[in-house]
Amino acid sequence: MTLKTTRRTVLRTGAAGLALGLAAPAYLRAQGAPLKIGHLTPTTGFLGPLGEYAQMGIKLAVEHINANGGAGGRQVELIMEDSVNPQTASTKAERMFERDQVDFIIGEISSASCLTISQVAARYGKCFVNTGGNSDSLRGADCNRYMFHVETQNSMYVNAEGEYFDAQGMVDGKNWYTLSADYAFGHDLLNAAKAFLDANGGVLVGDDLVPTDATDFSSYLLKIRQAEPDVVALNLAGTQITNFFKQYGEFGLDFTLGGFGFDTVSAWAAGAQNFRGTWPNVWNHLVQNDASQAFVQAFTTAYGKPPENQAWGDYNAGLIMAQAVTAAGEAGGDALVAYLESPEAQFDLMKSRKGYFRPSDHQLIQEIYAITALPAGEAQNEWDIFTTSDPVPAANEPLERLATSVTGGTCSF
Amino acid sequence: MLGLFIAQVLNGLLDGTYYLLIALGLSLIFSLGGIINLAHGAFFAIGAYLAILITPVTGFFGALILVPLIVAGLGMVTERTLFTRFYRIDPLYSLLLTFGLAMVIEQGLRWIFGASPQSYNMPDILRGQVFFGDFIYSRYRIFLIAVAVLAVAGLWVLLNRTAFGRIVRAGVQNPEIVGSLGISLRPYLSVVAGIAIGLAGLAGVLLSPIYTIHPAMGAEIITLAFVVVVIGGLGSFWGVIIAAVLVGLTKGVLVAVGLSSWSTAAIYLLMFVVLLLRPRGLLGERILRFE
Repeated sequence: MTLKTTRRTVLRTGAAGLALGLAAPAYLRAQGAPLKIGHLTPTTGFLGPLGEYAQMGIKLAVEHINANGGAGGRQVELIMEDSVNPQTASTKAERMFERDQVDFIIGEISSASCLTISQVAARYGKCFVNTGGNSDSLRGADCNRYMFHVETQNSMYVNAEGEYFDAQGMVDGKNWYTLSADYAFGHDLLNAAKAFLDANGGVLVGDDLVPTDATDFSSYLLKIRQAEPDVVALNLAGTQITNFFKQYGEFGLDFTLGGFGFDTVSAWAAGAQNFRGTWPNVWNHLVQNDASQAFVQAFTTAYGKPPENQAWGDYNAGLIMAQAVTAAGEAGGDALVAYLESPEAQFDLMKSRKGYFRPSDHQLIQEIYAITALPAGEAQNEWDIFTTSDPVPAANEPLERLATSVTGGTCSF
Repeated sequence: MLGLFIAQVLNGLLDGTYYLLIALGLSLIFSLGGIINLAHGAFFAIGAYLAILITPVTGFFGALILVPLIVAGLGMVTERTLFTRFYRIDPLYSLLLTFGLAMVIEQGLRWIFGASPQSYNMPDILRGQVFFGDFIYSRYRIFLIAVAVLAVAGLWVLLNRTAFGRIVRAGVQNPEIVGSLGISLRPYLSVVAGIAIGLAGLAGVLLSPIYTIHPAMGAEIITLAFVVVVIGGLGSFWGVIIAAVLVGLTKGVLVAVGLSSWSTAAIYLLMFVVLLLRPRGLLGERILRFE
């Protein structure tokens, strides 16, 4: 073999060297400490089913980030724990920042736990990304400079769902009956729903608060049947929605059904035979675009079932923060806040339009969807038991149109 | 309006039957062995999950027969291996044991089936509604109540009209005398635990078509069942039945008059008042060895 340097080899080597030179800083950074993500979400209790999907989502995100060279060249390490309740969530967040030295925390579903974690995060000057807490006050009176919300807020769900019914002619002059979970989540939704009905001419003919441990809805169903409303709207959470679906069908009620807070896991648990109505949804596995379907494919391969909307939330929060660390060049709280608030921070969310965090309250401004149950006989399998709407707001409308809060106070950082 | 109120009262009366199967089993295990079985709800959950597994093979009615038998078997094994060590010591220990057992079972279900709720359909033949004048009721619930009443009646006959029942009742009051008559109570204890836990399994199958099946469903129902037992009086057959009806009625009436947010609190208030006036519960018997 002769060592003959041609012009071509020089060029080739030079190009390779150049590429290496450019890549070097990232390569060197990769030698540094790994990026540590703390993940806290309830995996037991009535939010446990969602928490399980949240963990699947963040695990997949970390896998994908690391396979693509890490965040800003740093490999990502994930520490996951069950947040249990607001007090435990706070203690565990403290321990994650103090002992595990995590760079930021992602997760949660309970708004009350979001609040306690965000307070700890602020004390340490680190970021917390909320992926499941809906409460308006987290974006209002209780907002926090270090807290960002990938999950959409209650008002936006109410406005989206309300507009859907309005377009069907089911609001103005129509009678509504609501059942609301008797804790902050249900009360918030109820207030937002009342504001919407007031503004649009809807009449609230019945409005029951349901204790959080209620499993039987027969007494409520008898009342609803007597009231003969045009729309029955639920502000319930978790297994209560599923119980309601099962018993609504059992008692043969057929009033238009909908609600303001929803997770597809409730639909799947009810099954095609029982799932009814139209519900707002931050994302679902039937959203037809390449990025969504690639995610559904990857998730199904990893876990043997399609992703729930909560899995979408934690997966995307992971990717968003990896992008932020890469762009900011570090994972310190203030640097990340500065980037996430900047106009350059646009995120591909597997939706038609990119999303961004609104600087005034850190809400991720994005498209959402409404899902509608298929008639029982038309479902092809246990997962595809509904159809999804086009993105809301529609393509020709401003993205922030529905993201206006009517409850929850004003945010000032 | 009056019609609706009467409908609500009737519904409330029937509502009680759902806790009855669980509460009776709890009461039975306590009165015989002095064990407060906090894992009783977990066996209810096992019943529901077994229904999911068995229904595709045998259909709903097959599951309705097989599942309680399997769960009863599990109950007897649990009695033999665990409960039997705790009969003669402070109830606090068995409380800890069954509390731990409940957590192990719940986490086991989560481990095997995942945290997501499972779907389960009602058999087609029991779908639909029945009308009595203006009162509407679900056909499935009528079936559910019929099965529950049959099971409870069967249990009553077993305890009050058979030789088996006589020995069990004697064992409740005075195990030493039963022993000195040359009758070993141990096999009876196992069978009674099997029956009591089997009833929880039966409730698991019966409630699957109308409730959500998820790992924590046992923890959800045990508190209320326990309250029913306390109101009725530990160990009292009729006390538990009356208490179940009272609890259902209280809930139904409060929802009917628009005080739904008080419906849970009222049950605890009821328990509080009953305990204040009758510390042994409504029909609580004086059981010598627990005094």
